[in-house]
Amino acid sequence: MNDIVEQSPAKTVLVVGGTSDIGRAVAAAYAGMGWTIRLAARDADAAERNAADIRTRSGEDHVTVHHLDILETETFAPFLDQLGDLPDTVVCVVGLLGDQERAQEDPDHAAQVIRTNFEGPALLLEALAQRFAERGHGLIVGVSSVAGDRGRASNYVYGAGKAGLTAYLSGLRNRLSDTDVRVVTVKPGFVRTSMTAGMDLIGPLTAAPEAVASRIASLQTGSADVVYVLRAWRLIMFIIRAIPEAVFKKLKL
Amino acid sequence: MKDLSGWGRYPRLSGPLDAALSADAAARATAQLPGLIARGLGRSYGDAAVGRDSTLDLTGLNRMQSFDPETGILAAEAGVSLADIIATFLPRGYFPCAVPGTRFVTVGGMIASDVHGKNQHVDGTFGDHVAWLMLALPDERVTRCSRDENPELFAATVGGMGLTGTILSAGIRLKRVETGWIRQITHPARNLTEAVALLRQSGTATYTVAWIDVLARGDALGRSLVLEGEHATAEQVRWGDLRFPPARNGRLGIPTDMPGWMLNATTARLFNEVYYRLGARKADRAILVPWDAYFFPLDGVAHWNRIYGRRGFVQHQCVIPEPKAEAVISEILDRISGRGAGSFLAVLKRLAAGSGLMSFPMEGLTLALDMPVSADLMPLLREIDALVVEAGGRIYLAKDATQSPETFLAGYPQLDRFRQLRDEIGVSSRIASKLSDRLGI
Ligand SMILES: Cc1cc2nc3c(=O)[nH]c(=O)nc-3n(C[C@H](O)[C@H](O)[C@H](O)COP(=O)(O)OP(=O)(O)OC[C@H]3O[C@@H](n4cnc5c(N)ncnc54)[C@H](O)[C@@H]3O)c2cc1C
Ligand SMILES: NC(=O)c1ccc[n+]([C@@H]2O[C@H](COP(=O)([O-])OP(=O)(O)OC[C@H]3O[C@@H](n4cnc5c(N)ncnc54)[C@H](OP(=O)(O)O)[C@@H]3O)[C@@H](O)[C@H]2O)c1
Repeated sequence: MNDIVEQSPAKTVLVVGGTSDIGRAVAAAYAGMGWTIRLAARDADAAERNAADIRTRSGEDHVTVHHLDILETETFAPFLDQLGDLPDTVVCVVGLLGDQERAQEDPDHAAQVIRTNFEGPALLLEALAQRFAERGHGLIVGVSSVAGDRGRASNYVYGAGKAGLTAYLSGLRNRLSDTDVRVVTVKPGFVRTSMTAGMDLIGPLTAAPEAVASRIASLQTGSADVVYVLRAWRLIMFIIRAIPEAVFKKLKL
Repeated sequence: MKDLSGWGRYPRLSGPLDAALSADAAARATAQLPGLIARGLGRSYGDAAVGRDSTLDLTGLNRMQSFDPETGILAAEAGVSLADIIATFLPRGYFPCAVPGTRFVTVGGMIASDVHGKNQHVDGTFGDHVAWLMLALPDERVTRCSRDENPELFAATVGGMGLTGTILSAGIRLKRVETGWIRQITHPARNLTEAVALLRQSGTATYTVAWIDVLARGDALGRSLVLEGEHATAEQVRWGDLRFPPARNGRLGIPTDMPGWMLNATTARLFNEVYYRLGARKADRAILVPWDAYFFPLDGVAHWNRIYGRRGFVQHQCVIPEPKAEAVISEILDRISGRGAGSFLAVLKRLAAGSGLMSFPMEGLTLALDMPVSADLMPLLREIDALVVEAGGRIYLAKDATQSPETFLAGYPQLDRFRQLRDEIGVSSRIASKLSDRLGI
């Protein structure tokens, strides 16, 4: 046996939205694979609560917390610089469901929903894509939503934001297709989280945050581009997209 | 409105349920919501985890905070479940110092009920292994309580059924174990006297419990299987077995209420008979049992409480102090078997004193019985309660749905001090459950 074992340094994942239930589960899943975790959140104390949880469970000191507000786009470059090493993977789970009716009346609220779901994540992932491309490799995972597949009366402000993100990721993937930088769009469907607490979700179409997380962690290998966490959603959204607009506009979905 | 019925699904209760997702939010809710009680995983059987006006779900406080491998102290939020703790720390060679018969309970719930395990007579209750806790009070204070800081409030909160405020987090001690296996020896006992003798003499075993065939009568009254267990050492684990087996995910489940007639004296008798014979076959030699099958046999069957049908069931658990314990328990069993009332589960254990002001355990023997709700159940329970009171015993609040305020008062003479303390910390009118209303706490 060889006495000197080459120990490759732990890989690093940046989880943007480290306070969300899905973000927490993603961080835990990567911690389980031995990765180093960087949690980014606007509320660093709340993210530290999740970081301490992960450290306590693994008994290792491999999680750091970083302040980032996804609406403060001018901070993205300095934020990435102060991270030190460029992460191997970024998973962006930031999002805001908002209140559709309020968004219809209050343009500031609508703008916040759109910017949180689209502008912020898109510009941050663009900055990362640039750096990944320079380095030569990297995995970019953007958490979008089936709500972005077609605009509906009940949540089109959110849906439009997610549609923007989905389109952005698709373009980024297209641009980087001949590099080793991979771009994956994840559409979770319904997930049992604080975002959906109190809502009546359809059991078989609803995933646990841990299921979303293990699907995301599994993206490290393979070649998926667009992922519906529960397969049924791919079919459902295929049908929903196929409905002619003349019919769709009358539907209450 | 949410169904808030306890595990026995008797009485049926519903009400609004607020969820706290952080310690700050839980403290705020404790200060703002009237007639409030904290709720964990709702594994108490009766009305303990249902607020008079509001109920606060703490299962969102599910983060672990730190762990010191030297002292074995785990700091965790109150909603962290025992299942989570074991899944996380057993592979690292640690196990909680006291566990109840299900792992789907929270840290907060285990402290508030000061739960006892099969090792309580040697290792004490869960509360004995709580180093400190953080308690939120209605005046927005969050106080740290331990045996050194606010010791009286600490003692009242351990076993205090949530009635001193909302536990936000706690430091609990885990012990080292070499494996996730239990070395179990089954001793058949032909009657109660033999069972009690075995429980007393197995005083050196870490875990002991007797499983009683409630329907055996006459000379065989109290026929039991007495199970002793010890954590197996690494050498004892069979070659090829995992040292720390993971929990089996029970694939069994009871999808809906079973019809009431399914459980009657005949099916119960059959079940008891089969269990006894299977157990007796394994008699007197040591076998290795994985931790989950040993400590949490019922967790393998999801929603097993549905076997009792729509009307639900009552778990009656009393403790009878020495020296009359055996005689009184014999009398209780006699009345039950006399009625032929179906009872699937009856468990007999030795207890030592508990650690909190209102803790259930006292030096003596405890008997726990599952009984489906029926018209003749209440009179029978009244009779049993009278026997308990006469013997100076008490009834476990985490299981209780039926005792009278008088029975309660007789069993818990520290109640006056508890009420006074509730006044002093300003929770009397603010923190209240259906249980505290029913019993006049
Ligand atoms: C199958 C089964 C077997 C059992 N075996 C045993 C056993 O062997 N030994 C034993 O002692 N018990 C046993 N129990 C009872 C169980 O351990 C207790 O009822 C325990 O308190 C349940 O925990 P929970 O998290 O579900 O709490 P809940 O049922 O939700 O609440 C129980 C009590 O704790 C209070 N509480 C919960 N969380 C908090 C908090 N954060 N702050 C303040 N108060 C709080 C509630 O107000 C309530 O009074 C068993 C129960 C079942 C279903
Ligand atoms: N739950 C579902 O059913 C579902 C379905 C499809 C898609 N998704 C998507 O999955 C992702 C995670 O959602 P979730 O369910 O876990 O909900 P969540 O807990 O509400 O997560 C949203 C996350 O975005 C963060 N965020 C919001 N505004 C921010 C800002 N300005 N700067 C930085 N961070 C900000 C939040 O941080 P704070 O904690 O500081 O608010 C939180 O971490 C979201 O993108 C959501 O759209 C969810």
